[in-house]
Amino acid sequence: MSDPTTEHLTTAGKSPASGRKKRRVAGRAHIVVFLAPAVLIYTVFSIYPLVESLRLSLFDGLPDGSAVWNGLGNYATLLFDANWAGQFWNALWNNLILFFIHMVVQNPIGLLLAALLSLAPRFGGTYRTLIFVPTLLSVVIVGFIWELILSPLWGVSETILGGIGLAWLYQPWLGLESSALVTVSLISVWQYVGIPMMLIYAALLSIPDELIDAARVDGLNGWWIFWKVKLPLILPTLGIVAILTYIGNFTASFDLIYSIQGALGAPNYSTDVMGTLLFRTFFGQQLQIGDTYMGATIASMMFFIILIGVSFYLVLVQRRLQRYEM
Amino acid sequence: MTDMTSDSRARSSRAKGLSTKFAVHAVLAGYTLIAIFPVILVVLNSFKNRRGIFTDPLGIPAGETFSMEGYATVLTEGDFLTYFSNSLIVTVSSLFLILLLGAMAAHALAEYRFRLNTFIGIYLILGIMVPIRLGTVAILELMVDLNLVNTLLALILVYTASGLPVAVFILTEFMRTLSRDIKDCARVDGLSEYRIFFEVVVPLIRPVLATVAVFSMIPIWNDLWFPLILASGDATKTVTLGVQQFIGQYTVNWSAVLASLSIAILPVLGLYALFSRQLIAGITSGAVKG
Repeated sequence: MSDPTTEHLTTAGKSPASGRKKRRVAGRAHIVVFLAPAVLIYTVFSIYPLVESLRLSLFDGLPDGSAVWNGLGNYATLLFDANWAGQFWNALWNNLILFFIHMVVQNPIGLLLAALLSLAPRFGGTYRTLIFVPTLLSVVIVGFIWELILSPLWGVSETILGGIGLAWLYQPWLGLESSALVTVSLISVWQYVGIPMMLIYAALLSIPDELIDAARVDGLNGWWIFWKVKLPLILPTLGIVAILTYIGNFTASFDLIYSIQGALGAPNYSTDVMGTLLFRTFFGQQLQIGDTYMGATIASMMFFIILIGVSFYLVLVQRRLQRYEM
Repeated sequence: MTDMTSDSRARSSRAKGLSTKFAVHAVLAGYTLIAIFPVILVVLNSFKNRRGIFTDPLGIPAGETFSMEGYATVLTEGDFLTYFSNSLIVTVSSLFLILLLGAMAAHALAEYRFRLNTFIGIYLILGIMVPIRLGTVAILELMVDLNLVNTLLALILVYTASGLPVAVFILTEFMRTLSRDIKDCARVDGLSEYRIFFEVVVPLIRPVLATVAVFSMIPIWNDLWFPLILASGDATKTVTLGVQQFIGQYTVNWSAVLASLSIAILPVLGLYALFSRQLIAGITSGAVKG
């Protein structure tokens, strides 16, 4: 990737489009020197592996270790084969539930906290700093903290619920098929709520005071100013938060679920997500041996699923938001 | 919240202001408690003996419940000193490369006009949208070919590649806002383009570099995926992986589990206490608003 740039650099620098004074710099080698290391490392360890994974997903391994062209065969296996399809759809569905819970719990809480912080209350900085603490911790640490707290062995949750007369509510949520995924999602919400909070808070701060004053002069009270003036203005940020939530949902969920529930998405695959499925497929687990080509296929499926979300965001959401802004 | 506001509508405006204020503090303080209570609970109980942990989990460690036995186990059984130095080497080296190479690339993109400028700019920030983990299968094969499995260098290269897009994006945006005059002056004085970068530009972008550093540091320090896949050997384990595996082995030794968690938490909290102003200023500045 870095080579083609070299050829063009010698002829570059001819069109100062923005009317800036054309600056002649003797030799343009420094541009290559500045760009090459970053482009090289990024290409070799990020772009190439991605492209190579896409390529590998079109092959199948023979027992002797060589690869044969398999076209879209792996994808057909993943989507329709009895051994794979169930796991794949289950993992994808769980990922979507995870995304949904983040959208309806994490982001509204983030919005509420940001809105309150933007009123500049006393100790606002302290609240902000402390609420962000869980976001800094490793997902592994967070997972174990909650595993201990929710553990029936320790009984902390029961004691606390008992303190407010709700001890009967307590269940080993992480161990039950019906509640494990929701519990894991809420743990993740607890950890990451600081990110939407900060992004939305920053957006709220950037709204010019004149707009708020004008609305106030028009007789709007604080609540209506928030709904009618501030919220529409921060819609682009809410869009960014949504797409970040979507992408993060496919990658970050692995660490948490692997730490708490293991690579099998216990109990009984009820917390299995694309990340754990990829890990299991690629490295093998128990009776199943590792499969590079199916692993690459699952990673590529994740790539396409993320691509669909990102395109949806870029084409639909962002374009509409921009029109709204006008 | 809604009760508060409907309630207060009837009262005088001053009382309304007070009750709104109270509601705001109630919500924020309440959520702050939810955010930090679990962390405090773990750290507190790591200083207790087994009986203290189970009979009085919410109590302050004191008198007979106070014990460092968990830490003793962790320090003798786990190789946490190695894990820490591994995490430190990986994080610091990756950060150094991300900042240096990212700033160099951003400088080229922001300062010079050349034909592929826009293309390379877009190419370099594509990685923001596509998680590098999706290339794991090929990354592992590549590392096997390069003989880098179970080395810290493998992690450093991967984290550098994955951290560059955000760094280039933020730094390019910022460098475009720098005044050209000062650089042109330096050129008139006969400084080479390299010296202009290192002696004029870098000092100017130092605050943004700090922001990018704090940003990039968190996911690297906390990552489990790549240490697990590329460097799970005893000599190359990072803290995150070390804690994960240590806890897997010592599930029944609660004091040891709590102590190992605290050992992983406390340095992060310490750093955060030092840099939280920088981090929050970075997040709330224009950097991520796009």
